[in-house]
Amino acid sequence: MTVQLNNVTKKYGQEFALKNVSFTFTKGKIYGLLGPNGSGKSTTLKLITGLIYPTKGTVKVKEEKVTRKVCQNVAYLTELDHFYHSFTIKQIIDFYHSQFSDFRLEKAKQLLQDMQLDERKKIRKLSKGNRGRLKLVLTLARNAPVILLDEPFSGLDALVRDSIVKSLLTYINFEEQIVIIATHEIDEIEPLLDEVIAVYQGHYIDHQNVEKLREEQGISILQWFKSTIKNWESENLETNH
Amino acid sequence: MARDFETSKPIYLQIADFIFQQIIREELKPGEKLPSVREMAVEMGVNPNTIQRTYSEMERMGVVETRRGQGTFVVENSEIVTELKHTFQQEVISSFVNKMRDLGFSNEEMVASLKIFLERGEDK
Repeated sequence: MTVQLNNVTKKYGQEFALKNVSFTFTKGKIYGLLGPNGSGKSTTLKLITGLIYPTKGTVKVKEEKVTRKVCQNVAYLTELDHFYHSFTIKQIIDFYHSQFSDFRLEKAKQLLQDMQLDERKKIRKLSKGNRGRLKLVLTLARNAPVILLDEPFSGLDALVRDSIVKSLLTYINFEEQIVIIATHEIDEIEPLLDEVIAVYQGHYIDHQNVEKLREEQGISILQWFKSTIKNWESENLETNH
Repeated sequence: MARDFETSKPIYLQIADFIFQQIIREELKPGEKLPSVREMAVEMGVNPNTIQRTYSEMERMGVVETRRGQGTFVVENSEIVTELKHTFQQEVISSFVNKMRDLGFSNEEMVASLKIFLERGEDK
């Protein structure tokens, strides 16, 4: 089971969001898509969910070209706040359950308990941290082969981050699922990741195995990321002259 | 989660060191079962693939063994504990000695200062 990008280019008007990107994600791994805001991380995730389509190239999930139907196989945590605020937690859980055949109520209940969320509460009354937790509950309660998390830690305090990391580790099926986390907060997730991809100005400029980085070069993801971007910038300046 | 890991050393080896220390302190006894890969991953806040590698490495070193369908256990061999103790002790000593040499102290000065340090109870 793979997620494949083949020579994918995505343009919004005249602006390139992704430029000729090819990459294959394989199951059993947690990938980090790392890059500053606007580098092409979210665009990648939206292409995999079928929310947008490539301008050129193809995106495939489980060997099939992505259409809107791909959402049966892809659980997607968006960075946006997309809840109906008048719903209670229970109502939104029931709604997800009615929409996704792989949504597991028992798993959702367990996750709510772990995250200390009260299902009788209205979304409107939840703090930002608890809304972040709820998003993760809804994403992880699905047994989808592909899990995409767009900035799952954004704006959340250390305590919330910890509970999110714990739930991720507890509920992901590591043999069967592909997990892709897009974030610009690199430090937080370093020990979680198997593979890292540096995304910059619409390019996948480098890809590394995290433990190999430490073993062979003795550097952290953040150090690698900074030097990769620096090298890329100097090379691309030279070719422009 | 989130014990802090050094960047200069693979995480799977740092976790192995941590478990070795538990064995040396006898918090984990010969024959005792280690947490499952998943439990350990959650406890450490790291990817289970990392823990899998930790366990494989420790097995390769002969400190733990995997029993099919049952999990990973510390081997029932007290020599291993003695060996681990020795290895870790040597590591700490050699790092101390090297640092003292870098500072220009002679062997005699090292021993003397260590003695005084311990007598004063400054380690408390």
